[in-house]
Parts: sequence; C-alpha cells; structure tokens
Amino acid sequence: MNILVCISQVPDTTSKIAFTDGNTKFDTNGVQYIVNPSDEWYALVRALELKEGGGGIVTIITVGNADVDPVIRKALAIGADDAVRINSDAKDSYYVAAQIAEYAKTKSFDLIITGNQTIDFNNAEVGGMIAELIGWDYITPCNKLEVNGNVCKIESEVAGSTRVLEAPTPLVISAAKGMAEARIPNMRGIMAARTKPITVVEPAAVSPQVKINVFELPPAKAGVKMIDPENMDELVKLLHTEAKVI
Amino acid sequence: MSVLVFVEAANGKIKKAGFEGVTYAKNTADQLSNSVTAIVFGNADAAEVSSLGEYGATKVLHAKGDVFNNLDAGAFTSAVAAAVEKENADVIIFPFDNSGKAIAPRLSAKLKAGLVSGALSYPTTSGGFKVKKNVFSGKAIAEVEITTAKKIIAFTPNSVGAHKASGSASVEDFAPSVNASKIKLLEVKKQEGDIPLPEAELVVSAGRGMKGPENWAPVEELAKVLGAATACSRPVADAHWRPHHEHVGQTGIAIRPNLYIAIGISGAIQHLAGVNQSKVIVVINNDAEAPFFKAADYGVLGDAFQIVPKLVEAVKKFKASQN
Ligand SMILES: Cc1cc2nc3c(=O)[nH]c(=O)nc-3n(C[C@H](O)[C@H](O)[C@H](O)COP(=O)(O)OP(=O)(O)OC[C@H]3O[C@@H](n4cnc5c(N)ncnc54)[C@H](O)[C@@H]3O)c2cc1C
Repeated sequence: MNILVCISQVPDTTSKIAFTDGNTKFDTNGVQYIVNPSDEWYALVRALELKEGGGGIVTIITVGNADVDPVIRKALAIGADDAVRINSDAKDSYYVAAQIAEYAKTKSFDLIITGNQTIDFNNAEVGGMIAELIGWDYITPCNKLEVNGNVCKIESEVAGSTRVLEAPTPLVISAAKGMAEARIPNMRGIMAARTKPITVVEPAAVSPQVKINVFELPPAKAGVKMIDPENMDELVKLLHTEAKVI
Repeated sequence: MSVLVFVEAANGKIKKAGFEGVTYAKNTADQLSNSVTAIVFGNADAAEVSSLGEYGATKVLHAKGDVFNNLDAGAFTSAVAAAVEKENADVIIFPFDNSGKAIAPRLSAKLKAGLVSGALSYPTTSGGFKVKKNVFSGKAIAEVEITTAKKIIAFTPNSVGAHKASGSASVEDFAPSVNASKIKLLEVKKQEGDIPLPEAELVVSAGRGMKGPENWAPVEELAKVLGAATACSRPVADAHWRPHHEHVGQTGIAIRPNLYIAIGISGAIQHLAGVNQSKVIVVINNDAEAPFFKAADYGVLGDAFQIVPKLVEAVKKFKASQN
C-alpha cells in the first residue's frame, strides 16, 4: 500500500497564544512547534502499522518553508519512509489542499490520510478539499481502519452513532481518535531520520480563497463564585436565577 | 440570488442544527437582500419540513434518492452543488458538525467558494464579507474574510441559536442526478445517550477524579435529570472508561454549551481549550489548587462522590418545583 500522510506544523498545546502587528500576526516568540496531534498520533501511526502488516511505502507531505523541517524530521523519526515539502507558506486550507492534490496527481497513492483537524486553525478542511480536487471518495472522521486488498473497512463515530463503512481505494480519509496509539520515536528512528530524504517541491500557482484580517482574545472570566458543598440547592438556584442556564 | 442552507433530518424530525442553520441563513440573507432556500436530506414528515418556513426559509428542497443512503460525502456534495446552481445561491451555510465537516470542504473545492469553518457569529457583509471563527481551540478568535464570489460558512452549533421569524416556505421534492456511490454503509451502531454532545446546551463532564468507569452512575444520573449530554477528559477516553466521542479538549472536540459541569477534572490547558467557550462553567473538585477553578463561574470544593448525588437531588427538587 502506497500511503501519503499529510502533516501540519502547529504550536505546542501549552503555547501562550498572543498576537503582534496590531493583532494581525500570531506571535511566534518562544513558541515550540509540534506535528499536529491527530496527524501524528492517528494518521501517521496507522499508516505505519498498515505498512508493517502488508508492506508498502509511507510518504509524509507538508506545505511549509524550510523552518518546518524539524517537525518533518520528527515524523520521519517515528517511521515514515520519505518526506515531501511543498516550499511555500500555508496560505489557507484551499491553498494547502491544492498543492497536495497537485503532487498526488503525479504519483500513484492508494490512500491519502490527514488528521481530522489541526489545533491551530481548527478548520477540518484539507482532507475533503483534496478528495474533491483529485476526484476520490472521502470519509471523515475515521476512528478505525482495516485494509483488506483494496477495500478499506472504516468505523466513523459521529454524534449519536458509529457508522461502519466499506470503500475501495483510492480514498482520502481524515484520522481521529481510536485509529492508533501514539508512538514515541526511538534512538534508531531518530538517527535514521537524519539521512532520510526530504524532497522539496516548488508550489503550483494557486489563489487562496480566504484571509485572516485580525485576531482577538476571548473575554476574560469574572472570577469564580464558591458554593458550600452542603448547599447544592444554592447552586441550582444560582444556575436558574443568576446564570439563567437551567 | 439566494442563501442556501444544508439541513439534515432523521427519524422524521429536523435536527436541531437545521433550525439554527436556517436562522443563520436568514440573518445573512437579510443583510444581502436575498431569500433563503433550505436543502433537506433525510427522512422528515411534511409538517416538520415546512416548519423551516417559520425560521425564515421561503423555499425548501427535500432531497430524495437511494444514493444518499450510504452517507457518502461526495453524493451530498453533488446534490448541494446542483441546488446551488438551481437556486443561483451565492452563500451556502452548513453546521460545523460531522456532516458539515465532510461536505463543506468538498463543496468549497468544487465551486471555488471560500470556506470559513467554525463561525461563531453572523457574517458582516459591508466592506468585505467577514466571519469570526474560533482558532487555537478557542484560545483566540479570528476575523476571516472570504475573497471569492461564492462563499461557504460552517457555523459552530449553539452559537447563534434558532429563532423564529414569520413566514412560510414552499416545499418541493428534489432529485438531482448524482453518481452512484462506491462507499457502502454496512451498519450503524447506536451510541448510548440520546443527546449528541456537539449540539448539547447542557453538558456534564467527568475526569480521572471519578477513579474508574464503574463510578459513572452519578455523573450519568446528573446528566439525565438535567437533560444534558455527557463528556469526559482525554485520559478517561484513552483508558476506555468512556467512549472516544465524549473526549473534549484540544485534541477531542470543542464544544460551547450554555452550561458545562466539570467533575473531577483538573482543568489542564489542553482540556480547557475545548470547553472554555462554554457560557457558564461549574467545577466540582476536591483540590482547591485545581487550575479549573480559575476558568470557572461557580466552584464547589469537595469530594465529588458526596457532592454529585446531592446535586442530583437538588436538581430533581428544582425540576419538580417548576412543574
Ligand atoms: C498534546 C496533548 C493534547 C491533549 N489533549 C487533551 C484534550 O483534548 N482533552 C483533555 O481532557 N486532555 C488533553 N490532554 C491531557 C491533559 O494535559 C490532562 O492530562 C488531562 O486533561 C487530565 O485529565 P483529568 O483532569 O481527567 O485528570 P487529572 O489531571 O488526573 O485530574 C483529576 C482531577 O480530579 C480531582 N479529583 C480527584 N478525586 C476527586 C474527588 N473524589 N472529588 C473531586 N475531585 C477529585 C483532582 O483534584 C484532579 O484535579 C492533552 C495532553 C497533551 C500533551
């Protein structure tokens, strides 16, 4: 199985979120970057498991400048065979999806896996856009994936139910919790990653469709009101009369 | 021109996000002096479908066809695209739920229509078409401008609410030609609990402080008496104490209910990222230093095993007094 895993660089989950230039730019000062959790924990690891079970190649792809190379090395250390970097800023989801679709069209992948959502822009958009642009079927979220020949059996947990679906490759899926367990790279993987190839591809001409004008921080909380644990009637009363939520 | 809104129905009823979607579409259409057409998928009785008129739709297309039975995003995308053409729609509204996440990005790529996912409020349309959305898992908000002629918005459920307008809708069946799907739906397993978490107004959530899955009965009972959905922290889902779909936070789902009750959850930054948009937060924890208290509106310091049953009784008493 020839699998393309799309990864995104995102600020570490504990990063302080602040902005500069009149709140128009994310403040990268002191921010550590990681591979987006669902890309790494679920998409990449499940791809590696499939390869270990049935052979094949796992390629990772990301759209970014040379400063994303450290997170590419991290994904290579976990076990991806090779990496592709489309040499451009990630301008918006459509731009990213179109770059990946252009690349995928020149190769013969059986499966393209993205994480189901990034923790920075929370868009959940790239997988579906790639699928449309290359004309493949798309399933999200994908919480379990088994592959038998060219047939994927997928469990998709949606509000209120779990759908069991079957679809032939080629296919785009977006990986979510349950697909795999996170792996920590070992010394051998880290050493091997240093010499694995990162193919740099120049971007195709694509116009972005949206732009961020300005950021703001959500309003701060007023402070907590402590309630006597023996007096839950009081809490219920406050939720009814003061907060007006019940 | 019109604003088209994607609406889902199941078991004869329009889903809650459907009414909210029509409300969202109505506000947008009013700004642009357009009308609202709803495209409804799934099985809903006639009265239910035409009730979308009360929320501001003037026309309803009820999509029919076996091709939708396999829940293939591609088939829905083709059908919505056909409706966009038929209705000459330039703005398309989806809920940012599982269906919206599967279909809106495909449609965006198909129509070359810029998409904003996770909108928190209505767009503003003078001086550029702008929408506010969550970024960094609720730790910030971004104003995003859509620069294409056609525009798609996926709104966060429970962000604007469903509001009745006056009016009525004409209803017609809609059977666009859509290619047969290669995706087969083999089975749908129903999950426990009747209230889907992403759209719930009230949520009762518990963490590792509950010590084990066998101790969830009081949490579930509290949810039941309140009419709330249940949620949990990540380690609880990781340990399979609770199903994955209950996992909220930065790497689970982000929710914004009116009330979030956190029981035995420490309030780690990654957890808060998924729930800090809740209107009111109640924290029950036996550690005064738990970071969650800083993000809470109401706090109860003490043992959850003592407090939750008392809260259940208090809610029951309150509910009885309301009848
Ligand atoms: C990259 C990354 C992503 C993450 N994403 C998420 C995410 O999406 N969602 C998420 O939830 N976590 C996430 N985490 C994990 C997060 O950091 C915390 O570890 C987790 O939220 C803690 O869960 P908890 O509060 O249930 O458990 P704990 O931190 O163990 O807290 C248990 C709490 O229960 C209280 N308690 C114990 N006994 C009682 C009692 N009898 N009565 C009342 N209170 C009691 C304790 O005082 C404590 O505050 C992520 C971590 C990382 C590194």
